[in-house]
Order: sequence, then structure tokens, then C-alpha cells
Amino acid sequence: MSVEVSSAATGPSSFPGLPRAAWQDVAAEGALGAAETHDVDLSAAQLRSLYRLMVLSRRVDRQAINLTRQGALGVFASSHGQEAAQVGAVFALEAEDWLFPTYRETVGTFARGVDVVELLALFSGSWHCGFDPYQYRVAPLTTPLATQALHAVGLAMAAKMRHDPIVALTFFGDGAASEGDAHEALNLAGAFGAPVVFVVQNNGYAISVPFRLQTRTTSIALRAAGVGMPGIRVDGNDVISVYGAVKTAVDRARRGEGPTLIEAVTYRLEAHTTADDTRRYRSEEEAAEWLARDPVEGFLRVLREAALVDDAFLAEVEAEGEAAAARMRDFLFGAPAGDPREMFDHVYAQRTPQLDAQRALLDQELRAAEES
Amino acid sequence: MELTMAGALNAALRDAMREDDTVVVYGEDVGRLGGVFRITDGLQAEMGPERCFDTPVAEAGIAGTAIGMALYGLRPVVEMQFDGFSYPALNQVISHVAKYRNRTRGRVGLPLVIRIPYGGGIGAVEHHSESPEAYYAHTAGLTVVSPGTPADAYALLRASIAFDDPVIFLEPKRRYWLKEDLDLPVTAAGIGEAIVRRQGSSATVIAYGPMVTTAMEAAARAAAESGWDLEVVDVRTLSPVDMGTLVASATKTGRALVVHEAARFAGYGAEIAAELSERAFGYLAAPVLRVTGFDVPYPSAKIERHFLPDADRILDAVARLLEY
Repeated sequence: MSVEVSSAATGPSSFPGLPRAAWQDVAAEGALGAAETHDVDLSAAQLRSLYRLMVLSRRVDRQAINLTRQGALGVFASSHGQEAAQVGAVFALEAEDWLFPTYRETVGTFARGVDVVELLALFSGSWHCGFDPYQYRVAPLTTPLATQALHAVGLAMAAKMRHDPIVALTFFGDGAASEGDAHEALNLAGAFGAPVVFVVQNNGYAISVPFRLQTRTTSIALRAAGVGMPGIRVDGNDVISVYGAVKTAVDRARRGEGPTLIEAVTYRLEAHTTADDTRRYRSEEEAAEWLARDPVEGFLRVLREAALVDDAFLAEVEAEGEAAAARMRDFLFGAPAGDPREMFDHVYAQRTPQLDAQRALLDQELRAAEES
Repeated sequence: MELTMAGALNAALRDAMREDDTVVVYGEDVGRLGGVFRITDGLQAEMGPERCFDTPVAEAGIAGTAIGMALYGLRPVVEMQFDGFSYPALNQVISHVAKYRNRTRGRVGLPLVIRIPYGGGIGAVEHHSESPEAYYAHTAGLTVVSPGTPADAYALLRASIAFDDPVIFLEPKRRYWLKEDLDLPVTAAGIGEAIVRRQGSSATVIAYGPMVTTAMEAAARAAAESGWDLEVVDVRTLSPVDMGTLVASATKTGRALVVHEAARFAGYGAEIAAELSERAFGYLAAPVLRVTGFDVPYPSAKIERHFLPDADRILDAVARLLEY
């Protein structure tokens, strides 16, 4: 914006004594560097583990969709197509590290070792979080978008204060990246040099709104520059690249060199949730394009070419997947609701007199119902 | 030792930090400056910048990171600089601080304290005089505390920091300079305990936070000017409230009113009045009255005294109670 002083006597130019205005322009947009290749240190056993986890995850995901259609789960947010982004990222963590997932990261959380039946409690409706966060070092699946990113930053700050070499990894999506909490989390992590790795799964859609309507930037990773941390954009369907990028960031954080923002570009092959209808907002051609880049199929081709897997291994993994699916069916289908009186038991460490009174009221209702 | 409420709060933070190295204090300007009200004065110098530190201006971030710290085993005590700026943190407070223990079936409690200077009467500009207690008291899983005296400020803040559940600690900023003779440490007040500040027989005045002083002033004037013998009950813990003490007092005097600065409609006093009418109905000679701020946005400084309940407004209500 220019400032103009006009006068009838001197014409439209500035008066001679006015100092010239001065400012600095920022380059139009931070730029992504050219893709560079890196050696990733993965043994044959680790590569097979990665594949196994991706296949099991996919089977679990498919079974969750089936169980939702059959009424065992109320709703489910599928990770189909995002297995490489989630499994590859989680695989870079050590046992003492912490994971802060959202409802989209059932697959990554499963890969972290959380029992699948406990994991799906949120969707089955048995309890909001069915697993013990301290047992797995995994925070509850979070639904209010990007809020868990701040929890990850806080935990990482605490670990740093206590001089514990622990890293917190948090996922969020391209939609959640617009939330204020995402911005606060990135800025705080940068300001405190907290050992956090932010993995943004850019799956192209926030339910129905495409990425191009979510932001004018071309990449979420570019935001790293705005908060003074390294940023990485990686093919989220390439599990080796995801693992390599996240491992680099995790190592950096563990060395005390602060946070990293990683954008893993991927695609949600399924709908947002089982209650969603993709035909209203995206084309089948687009989905078909991404189907051709299926992360599990792609990784299998790589492993076959390198002769790292044989039919026996693949059959073993498939059987393991079927066993997991059967377990889900057995424990989630027709699972009892639990005692409703428990809703009063965990609000506070000690049940208050008010809750005692309300629990007694519910107890009375339940007993009356049993008798009739 | 004569201490202001600000001094008592400062001493409580210092003593808690000395006793327990998992207690950390942070927020906006709480480090080098010692807080805009100087409640954290000197803590960074004594405890070091790892245990008392400044944050970027990000209230959701302050509350959200406190959750992560508590998850890791620390006891964060964070400051919202002013009541009116605590709202960006409400999502974290309502969605997570309040729900984490229940969500995890009791496996993860969050021992954290969110301190908020609140209320009016200091001639402040807009957004610096709010009374948000009803938002918090309405939220299951939160413990909401507000001291009315320097002794309680010390004892309740210590109890809140030691508490195993999250506490919203509302500090009546217009009473920061209120003085009291204290021998620290004071342990008189526990979480969940109301107290009868003044014994009386004519009617019960229920108050908390900044209105405790106002209610005591009204009781003193009533005794001197009208011969009314008012009982004053200080709620201290707004949630979970000690209804037993409130009901006992209302039952004894047969008349009760609730005072607060916050707006009347769906305010904290409505809950107390409803509970008293349910539990002490047979003993009440008059309906429970409310003396509150009006249902308007907090007014500007030059007219705020007409908004704030004062001893006159309380005594007018007492007269209505007694005439009923």
C-alpha cells in the first residue's frame, strides 16, 4: 500500500521533505526443495515386520468396516490407503516414546501394539478409551481436531525438563491443520525446542472439503518455516520414505535438536467414516488413480523384487490377519454394554456426594427395570 | 505476619514448589515479570527457568500442554492472565481436562491447576472483569475453587496443587490486596468444604470469592444499623459444592440469599437456590433470593459499580427476605 500526499499547488507527487517508506518483502512462498534420496537403515526382518503390520492393519480396518455394517461398531473412520503413512511413522518410535493419535489412526495405534478390541472401544461404544495409555504409551484416540497435538507438546516439554530422552509423535490431518490448536502446538514446540514429531497425513479431504479449499498454500510442510523448525514433505504411500523421514525427525528430537513437521501425502481410499458418502464430493477417476498407488500392493512389489518375502511368509501373515479379524468378531459382536452405574465411577478420583446420589437414583431405575 | 491475598498465593506456590519438584508454574509473563498481578513474583529466580517459565501468548496451548505434562507425571500450575482471555482454552478444558479421567476409565487422572484472576471492581477495560465460574461449574470432571480470604487463598491453592484431579482456581482479583494476619502454612481449608464465616440467626447470605468481603460488610452493617443477625456462608469450593453446610445454615435461619458478581440468568446462584428449595423447602420462610450482576455484558469502568452487587443491594434483598 502506498501513501500519497496530493496538493493542488504541487500536483500528485509527495512533498519534497517526506521520508521514503521502507519495508521488507517475504519471498512469495517458502519453497519445497527437490526430492532427495536417502539410505534408510532397515534390516530384512524389519522390512518384513513393516509389511506384516500393514497387512494386518488393512485386515483389521476391513473387519472394522464389516462390523460397522453389521452393527457391532456404531461408526468407524477407515485408514484404508493410509497404512504406509501410519505404520511407517509409528515404526520409527522406541518403546519409551509416546504416540498421540486421532480417531483416524486406528491402524497406526494398532501397529504400536494396542489390543485391537481395546482400541475399537471408542467405535463400539463400550467406553471412550478402552486401553490403558500408560501400558502402551499411547494417548486416547482424540476426536476434537488437533487438540492432542498440544498434549504431545506438553508431554515432550515435561520429558525434556526431566532430561528423559523421550519423543512424542502426534498425527493430525490436512483438515485439522486449519485448527488454532495445530498452529499453537507447532509454535509452542518450536519455541520450547520440544522433542515432538508432527506427522500430518494429508489425505486430500477434510470429510468432503478438498485440500485446495482448506488452504492457499500448496503444502502443510511449508508451515515449518513459519515456526522455525525443519519441514519435510514425503510420499505417504511409500512406507520406506515415511519411515526414513520420521526416523530422521525422531532421532533429531531425541538428540535434543527439537521438533519437525512432516507432511505425508496420501489418500483416504474409503469414506471419511462409515456414515459418509464420497460420491457427493469426489470422482471415481480420482479414487482410481490413488488405488493404482496402493501402499500395501506397492510395498509388496518392492519386497518381491528384492526376494524378501516368499509365499509361506505371505500365507502366515494372511492367517494372522484372519485370526485378528476373528478375534474382533468374537469380542466386538454382541459384546455386553457393561454396568451403566460405572459412568459415575471415574469422573473424579473420589466419587462426590452429588454423584453418589445420582448413582443411587440410576440404581433404583435399573432395579425397577429388572423386576418388571 | 500480615499478608495480602496476592502474597498468600505467592507463598503457596513457592512452598508447593519447594516441597514437590514435580510442581511447575507457567503462563504468560509469569517468569521474569512475576505475572501481571505479581502472583508468581520471584519464583523463577528461586526455582529456575525450568520450573517457572514464560510461554508464548497461547491460552489453548497453555492448557493443552498442561495436560501432556500431567500425563507425564508433573503437576503443572498454569495461569490464565485474565478471565476474559481464558476462553480460548475452554475447548481444552471442557473436552480434555475435565474428561480425561473418565475417558480412560480412571487410568489417567490429571493433577493440574488452572489459575484465573477473575471478577470486576478494578476499573479495568473490557474482557478484564469477567466471572466465568458457571461455565466451569457446569462441566463434570472439574473441581472449581474460589477463595475469599488470604488464609483460604493459601490453604486452598496448596490443597488444589496436591489434589489428584484438575482444579479451576478462580482468584478474586479485586481482593488481591486484602490483608490478613497469617501464620504459614495455613491448612484450615480443604477442597469441598464450605465455611460459616459469621454465625447469625436472621438470614443466611451465601457468597464466594470477591463477594465474601461484601457479604461480611453487609452483615456488619445489618447488625449495627438494623439489628439483623446475618449468617454468612463462604462456599469456597463451587464444585463439588458442600451442600450440607449450605442446607444446614438455610435450615437454621429459614431465609437465604446467594450473592455473586456473575450475571443472574443460569448463573451459579440459580443452582444453589434450586438445591436449597429442594432440600430445605420445609424450613424456609421465604423463597431463596439471588443478588447478582445484571444480565448484560460486563459494563465499562465508570459505571461498573452499578453492576456489581454491594452491601446496599444485599441489605435490600435481606429486607425483602425478612418482610416476606
